[in-house]
Amino acid sequence: MIYLTRKGEFAASHYYHNPAFTPEENQRVFGKCANMNGHGHNYVLEVTVKGEIDERTGFVVDLKELKDIMNREVVDAMDHRHLNKEVPEFASAIPTTENIAIVAWKRLQPHMKVAKLHRVRVYENADLFADFYGEE
Amino acid sequence: MKVHLTRRYHFAASHRLHLADCSDAENQRIYGKCNNPHGHGHNYAVEVTVSGPVDIATGMVCNLADLDGFSNKEIVERFDHTNLSMLPDFEGEVPTTERLCVKIYDIYKRSFKHAHLEKVRIEETAKNSFEYTGRA
Ligand SMILES: [Zn+2]
Repeated sequence: MIYLTRKGEFAASHYYHNPAFTPEENQRVFGKCANMNGHGHNYVLEVTVKGEIDERTGFVVDLKELKDIMNREVVDAMDHRHLNKEVPEFASAIPTTENIAIVAWKRLQPHMKVAKLHRVRVYENADLFADFYGEE
Repeated sequence: MKVHLTRRYHFAASHRLHLADCSDAENQRIYGKCNNPHGHGHNYAVEVTVSGPVDIATGMVCNLADLDGFSNKEIVERFDHTNLSMLPDFEGEVPTTERLCVKIYDIYKRSFKHAHLEKVRIEETAKNSFEYTGRA
């Protein structure tokens, strides 16, 4: 078994708001992130796949293919977007770093053929990241 | 759905690696430059990883305000701009980063109740890092 990790980057805006909360609750729970004008981050997506090395090609995964899937499903879909308003999953879920990792996993997973998805890591900034390993 | 969340904190501190019951020559042999009687310092980066299910209402494993509040009070303020060799935490012990890593892990384990503690990792420099996941 070998692991391969590829990075992608996207910049996006978001805010944290739960319509079931009162304005005071939203403010208390989400603090600065509750500002309804939104704010943004430079996100880094790190996708780790695992599998056996192909005898002939020496690859665990076709990197070009992985890159295309990551770009199509996550990077291009989120880059320079407002996550709450333009990424359908976040119409009902708060676009926290945790949830972005889960959404990225769910978007990537169906397209994995040879190599298996091992981990999706999303950095909101250099000091904060979330890891999702799938539903255990 | 279980997610791992990692947050990095920074503090600067000095230390001296020295065993009182060893000769100068022996201390020099074991600790080299780190035995300098005047001490020396590092910019430490502490990475704490917690895990848990993502709360549907908040999208969070744990509120960053809780994690930051705890970490700033119990870790950053406690160690920032101190001489680790002089702290009661390290009385009778050499304040290596291995030991610092275990101490910090124990502080979270004992008192941080908002999420499950997975790991503490400390970068002493960009080249040296230490990880502790609890007693095996
Ligand atoms: Zn944000």
